[in-house]
Order: sequence, then C-alpha cells, then structure tokens
Amino acid sequence: MATVETRALRKRFDGVAAVDGIDLPVREGEFLVLLGPSGCGKTTLLRMIAGLETPSSGDVLIDGRVVTPLPPRERNMAMVFQSYALYPHLTVADNIAFPLKAHGMRGAEAAERVQRAAAMFSIERLLKRKPRQLSGGERQRVALARAVVREPVVFLLDEPLSNLDAQLRSAARDELQQFQRRLGTTTIYVTHDQIEAMGLGDRIAVLDHGRIHHLGTPREIYADPADTFVATFIGSPPMNLVETDDIITGFRPEQFMPIEALPADEPVRRFTLDVGRVEYLGADRLVYGTLAPPLPPSRVIARLPAGPELPVSTGERHEFAVRERDLRHFDRASGRRVN
Amino acid sequence: MRAPAARHGPTLLDDERWLGRLLLAPAILYIVLLVGFPFAIGLYYSVSDATVGTRTLHFVGLDNFRLALENATFWQSLRNAVVFTLVSQAFVVVLGKILAMALYRDFRGKWLVRFLILLPWVAPISLGSIGWLWIFDPVYSIINWMARGLGLLAPNAWPIWLGQPDLAMASVIMVNVWRLLPLATVIILGGLCSIPQDIHDAAAMDGAGFWRHLFLINIPLVMPIMLVALLFGIVFTFTDMIVIYVLTRGGPYDTTQVIASLAFFTGIQGGDLAGGAAIALFLFPVLVAVAILFLTLARRAEVT
Amino acid sequence: MSTSAITIKRWAARGGHFGLLAAFVAFSAFPFYWMLITTFKETNDLLATANNPFLFNHPPTLEHLRVLVVDTQFVRWLGNTTLVGVSVVAITLLLAVPAGYALARLAGRWGQQMAIGIFLTYLIPPTILFIPFSRIIASLGLQDSLWSLVLVYPSFTVPFCTWLLMGFFKAIPRDIEEAAMMDGYSRFGAFLKVVVPNCSAGILTAVIFAFTLVLQEFVYALTFITSSSQYTVSVGVPTFLVRGDVYFWGSMMGACLIVSVPIAIVFNLFVDRFVAGFTVGAIK
Repeated sequence: MATVETRALRKRFDGVAAVDGIDLPVREGEFLVLLGPSGCGKTTLLRMIAGLETPSSGDVLIDGRVVTPLPPRERNMAMVFQSYALYPHLTVADNIAFPLKAHGMRGAEAAERVQRAAAMFSIERLLKRKPRQLSGGERQRVALARAVVREPVVFLLDEPLSNLDAQLRSAARDELQQFQRRLGTTTIYVTHDQIEAMGLGDRIAVLDHGRIHHLGTPREIYADPADTFVATFIGSPPMNLVETDDIITGFRPEQFMPIEALPADEPVRRFTLDVGRVEYLGADRLVYGTLAPPLPPSRVIARLPAGPELPVSTGERHEFAVRERDLRHFDRASGRRVN
Repeated sequence: MRAPAARHGPTLLDDERWLGRLLLAPAILYIVLLVGFPFAIGLYYSVSDATVGTRTLHFVGLDNFRLALENATFWQSLRNAVVFTLVSQAFVVVLGKILAMALYRDFRGKWLVRFLILLPWVAPISLGSIGWLWIFDPVYSIINWMARGLGLLAPNAWPIWLGQPDLAMASVIMVNVWRLLPLATVIILGGLCSIPQDIHDAAAMDGAGFWRHLFLINIPLVMPIMLVALLFGIVFTFTDMIVIYVLTRGGPYDTTQVIASLAFFTGIQGGDLAGGAAIALFLFPVLVAVAILFLTLARRAEVT
Repeated sequence: MSTSAITIKRWAARGGHFGLLAAFVAFSAFPFYWMLITTFKETNDLLATANNPFLFNHPPTLEHLRVLVVDTQFVRWLGNTTLVGVSVVAITLLLAVPAGYALARLAGRWGQQMAIGIFLTYLIPPTILFIPFSRIIASLGLQDSLWSLVLVYPSFTVPFCTWLLMGFFKAIPRDIEEAAMMDGYSRFGAFLKVVVPNCSAGILTAVIFAFTLVLQEFVYALTFITSSSQYTVSVGVPTFLVRGDVYFWGSMMGACLIVSVPIAIVFNLFVDRFVAGFTVGAIK
C-alpha cells in the first residue's frame, strides 16, 4: 500500500505535449480513475507512473520518494494491459509465476502464491492451459492474477475491460471493485468509459489535452463539474449549457422539467421551450428542444419519466423550469465554474 | 528537487538508446569488417599491380580499368551480362506472375506442386547446373533425343547446346530462369495473398472481367512486390557466375562470358588480382542503381 | 448463356489451369527426375544412344551411389558442409538476433535507414569481394581451411537474417515486453525471457535459411579451398567428379538429389513464413 504522486509531470512527443504538467496526488488504498477522451494523455500519464515512459520533466513519487529515474522493475507496481499481454509461450500457471521468478522466488512458496492468486479469481482449473486456449474473460482474470501475485504496492490498469463484451463487462467491473476493496491496494485505472469510471472510482480525474480538468468523487464531478468540458463530457445526455452575457448557465437534463412538475414553493428559473422531438427510451423520455426568445436559441435536452403524466408533444411551446439550487454557472471566457 | 535513486537504479540494460546500440554493434562491426574492409581492399587492388605471387603492391592509377576497357573480351562480357540479365528477368517476372496466379487458387495436391516448383531454388545452384550439364550433354542430350523422337529435329541436325554461341547463351538463360523462377513466384504469391478479399469482391460486383481485373487491380497492387522480386533477380543474375562457370566456363569463344566470370578467370585462375578486382568493380554501378531504386521504393512505401 | 456452355467453360478453365501447372512442374522438376533416372542406371545404358533413355534397359544399379560414398570423399564433404553450416548458423544467430531486435524496437528513426543499409550489404555479391578476400584469407593463414568459410559466410548470412528477424520481431506485441518489465525484468531481460522464446519460429526460419545459403555457396569455397578433403558439397561434386573429359554422371546426379531433396522438403514447410518476413520487411 502506498501513495502515488506526480509533480508537474510533462511528456512531449515531437513537440506536442501529451501530458502537460499534471499534479496528481493518489491517496493510500484509493481507487483512482483517469477518465478522458482518446488522446487526452491518460495512458501516457499511467505509463509514466509505471516507468515505461520517461517524462520530459517533472517527477513521480511513491510514498513520498522520487522514483522518476527508476526502471519499471524497481517500482514494485503491477500493470494490467488493455490486451492483457499474457505471455503466449507460457501456461497460465507460468504466466502467474512469472513476476515471482523475475524476483528470484521459486519452489514451494512460489507455487503456493500462484495457487492463492488463481483461487482469488477462480481460475485454478485453467492453470495448465496456454493463453490462446482461453476466452476473453478468462484472459482478463489471468492478467489480474498475475498482477496480484507479487503483492505490489500499486496496481495500474489500462482499460482492462475494453476487450470484453458488454455482458461480461459489468460482472467484471463488480468483481474488480470487490477484489480491490479486499486487498486495499492503491489502484490507478485508465478508461474512456464514464460508466466504468463512475462505478469504480473512489475519485475520478477527468483529463483532456494533457491536463486534469477536475479531480473529485464521482458525485462531485457529476453534480459540480469544474468547467464546461467536464460538464459536457460527463453525463449522457450531457449537461445543458445556455449562454447569457458573460455567464454560461448549466443544468442536467433530468433537472429540467415542465413547470407543473416542480413544487411551487421553491425558487426556480423558468425557460420557454419549443419542443422539437421526443424520444422514448422505455423508462424515460428525452425531449429535444430549442429555448424561445428572449434567450438565445440554445438546443437543450430534458429527461422526463415515460409515464402519461406531464404530456409533452412535438411542435408545442412549453414552460419548463429548473430549481435555482440545481443551476451551475460558468465563466464564458475560461469555461470555469463560478458559483 | 530530485532524491538520489534508491537501490540499484537503472542500468545500461534499461536504457533503450544504449541497449539498442549495444545489440546492434556486433553485427555492424562484423559487416564492416567482412564487407566494408574487403571492398576497400578491392578498390585498392584495382589501382595497384597486385598479383597472386607478389607481396608488395605498387600504385598504377587507373591502368587496370584502362586495360579492361581496351579489352574486347571485357566489352563482350558486359554485353553478355546485360543480355543474360535482361532476358532472364523478363522471362522470370512474366512466368513468375503467371505461375503465382495459377498457384493462388486452391486445388488438391498444391503442396506437392509447390514442392516441385521450389526444388530448383533450394537445390545448390552448382549441383542444379550440373544436372543441366548432363541434360545438355553434346552426345547424350535428352532434349535432342526427345526432339528427335517427336520429329522436331531434322535427320542430320544434332544441336550442341553448350557448344554453339547462340544456343549456349539461350541455354544459360534457360537455366537461370529455371533457378530464379521459384523465388520470384513465392514473392509475387506473397503479394497476391496480401490483397484483401474485399477488393476482389468489389471488382467482381463492378463487373470487371478477367483482363480488366488483371490489369486494373491485380498487377497494380502487386507491382511493388514484383519490383522487389525483379530487383533481387537483377542483382542475383548480373553478379552471378555459378551457372556459367559450371555450364560453359564462359565459352564457346567467350560468347557466354559475363563480368563476374571474367573477373574470376582473370583474378583467381589467371592470378592477376588487380585486373580481376578492376573488372569486378564494374558490377558495382548496377548494384548502386538497384540500391537507389530499392530505397526509393522503401521511401514511397513509407509515405503511403 | 446456357448452363451447358457454363459447364464447358468451367471445365475448359480447369483444364487450362491444370495444363499450365503441369507445364511449369515439368520445367522445374524435370532435371530432378532426370537425375533420379541417371543415378540408378548403368553407365553402359546411359551411354548407349540407341536405347530409350527413359527406360532401364539394364537392371537398375546402386553402383553410382557406391562410387560416390566409397570412392569419393562425398561423405566427408557432407561433414565439412555440416561443420561450416552449424558454425555459421551459430555466429549468425549470435549477431543477427540482437541486431534484428534492436532494429525492430530500439532504434528510432535512424533504425529504418540502418535496416535498409544492412539489407543492401546482402546484395553485395561474392563476385565483387572474392578477390580481396583471397588475399585476406591467405594473410590470416586460413587458405584451404574450412575456417575461412566460417569466417566469411556470416558476411551474407548476418545481413539477410537480421532483416528476416527484424520482420518477425516487429510482429511481437510490445505489450508483452512491457508486461515483463513491469513484472521485474530489465529491457534486456524482457528481450531474453519473453521476446526470444516467442520468436522461436522466426529464429528457426532464420536458421534454415542461413544453412541453405551456406549449402548453396560456391564462389568463396571455389576460391579459398584447394584440396579435395576440405571441399563442401557444392564445390566437391562438380569439381571432383569430373576427370578431364570423364564425367561420373550417375554419381553426380545421385549427389545432387541426396543434397537437394531433404533441404527442399524442410524449405517447403517454411516458405510461407519466409515470404512473410521477407516482404513485410521490404514493403512495410
């Protein structure tokens, strides 16, 4: 168990900054998710923490100790790759034992540790197989077993679920979280999938263009996004943004509803909406519309329950509103949140 | 502020740049010592009076080149080498393309067919050529026997394949085609197999017939790889002397003498190292031309 | 078009395909077929022009093979070739495996140029270098010694195998090397423990091709080696089995077959890999 920290970490490839000065403190035992669109620098950041990539400047610290010049093997971290990177020429047992052998551990102790790691992911019956004989889900478990066997101080996971099909993925997510809670090992997890990030992370760092835009709990990031990028990147459909003068006003689609649905005693902000299209999604309806004058004609979305109450139909003009306390305000020039 | 690295710290074996150089160095060194150094010596010999017997060398300027250029045999060898190379390669590329297309399809017994077609390339060239020497034997030539049996040969005609100037050149060309055809075929076949099936399907949907398909899709897509096969063929043929050494020793009357074999007969059998080295160096411009073509090709492939 | 016309067309195409292949096979394999017949035919039968050369007019004989094995040093030449082949393959692997890996992974932009440079040295033929080499070998005291061949042959097997192996190494996913580095090995350790074992097919291919190149080499052996006990097969057979005007046809043809066919079989198993490595390296 350990803390991990990066200080002013930068990485340039051919003059382009992939990671542009990141200060990231990861707490002991924490499950931290690096979330961002592809090309945002999250994988580069992870690889620098791992030691697979040399930073252009800045430092990586483990337990307060600078490890920037150390090669990966001396950082005592374990990594699970997107492709799982199992060694094709070795059996599952030898794959799991590989990190132990690399550190000079052999014999009964190594065998016992392999057994324990295999048991943790219920893959004992696969131990004699070669990686190519395994399914995607099985490979992922082997990769995890190989990562835990050495009892590293930090786990690094690079989109480990993206090669699984949708059904397996949610089960694997659940399992991953349980095992991390049980071991309590500091974990840094890279993904571009916000559902994964929300479900797994104690905290989430939202990255774009090599910078951290927001570091906070899933609740904070969703409810109080630090800037307009985070506001629109998180949530599906994203936060509605309405530009007025120097301020951008933001509100979530599910907080945007017909005025009659809101309690009369609460302060609200009213909007007149020209309803363009209504989409039924089973439990919910998405209402796409344009704000009516005097406001600029912004396109906004409302998420309403699908029931028969609150009828909204295409082509009509409707009075909508948002509770004052649900509104968020951003500076128009910088995009930063102001309230 | 940077804390001192604890424990061992990184070593040479972790540093990509240095490790790369370290791993590459022995091979480069060997190649420089065993290709670069003899090549330099060869250049030096070509401007000296080195012979097999002498220990001391004298600088003689470009005399050896002048002697070579004044020698009618040299010019004949150069002409022969060009004819030998171009005619062989024309046959090899065309036949290789046809054969590759025939082998591209699946059919029963493909393994055996491919095995038999590869034989000439795999067999040591000198031994394969010996086989042909026997086939071309002036008295017992099986070709003549078959031709006579089929009535293709006039009653008094009995061609001496390796003894008559035109026939000798045709014969060595045929043996060279025989030897290089498999290499060209497998290279072109590799290229054919790398064309995605969608392209064939799309062409079929567009109603392209055999010939349109061949000239608009097949040949253009395989072109880079055919060029590779051609470049190899040119280098191997132009600089080769084994087929000619075994079959004709350059004869009759130097009509099949090529630069490489002339260099051998002058330098090693004649003992005139300097003269031989000078003649061999005339192979070099062709290699440079091929190398430049190859680099252009590689660069173009890199861009696309 | 009626169905029968289509059927006829299909049969014609199939027949044409078959005929084409048959012609090529005849051209390629006929000399070997002829070698086979010659090997087992009595000399009198071979040299009787009245006889049908395709038939055994006398009973088949093993005399030519007996001459080859007992009266010539063919077995010794095979041994010499094997010795040279094994030594050259060892040197080649020692140099080309690290170099191919370095070019595939570690060298940056200059790596591609370097790789092409190395490959081009393979194109420099023996016929340019054999004259200077003859003096170098003499001054090293290696003339008429198999060690001269062991020294010189890597000059073409190393560039060739470096290029071939580079293609194979490029095909190995980087991830598994990085996983090995995370698991506790250095860059070099990851290469030894993970890359080399996973490239065994590529290395085997390189071994076979290096060995084949050695087996085929003629010019250097002809230049450096003068006594028959030191010949390799490719020089020994055409040199020793011709006595003035007398050609030991049967023995020569037998020797050609004995050497060619086993190699051809092994080769056939590896040719796809070879072409893949070769052309990927050349085009990509």
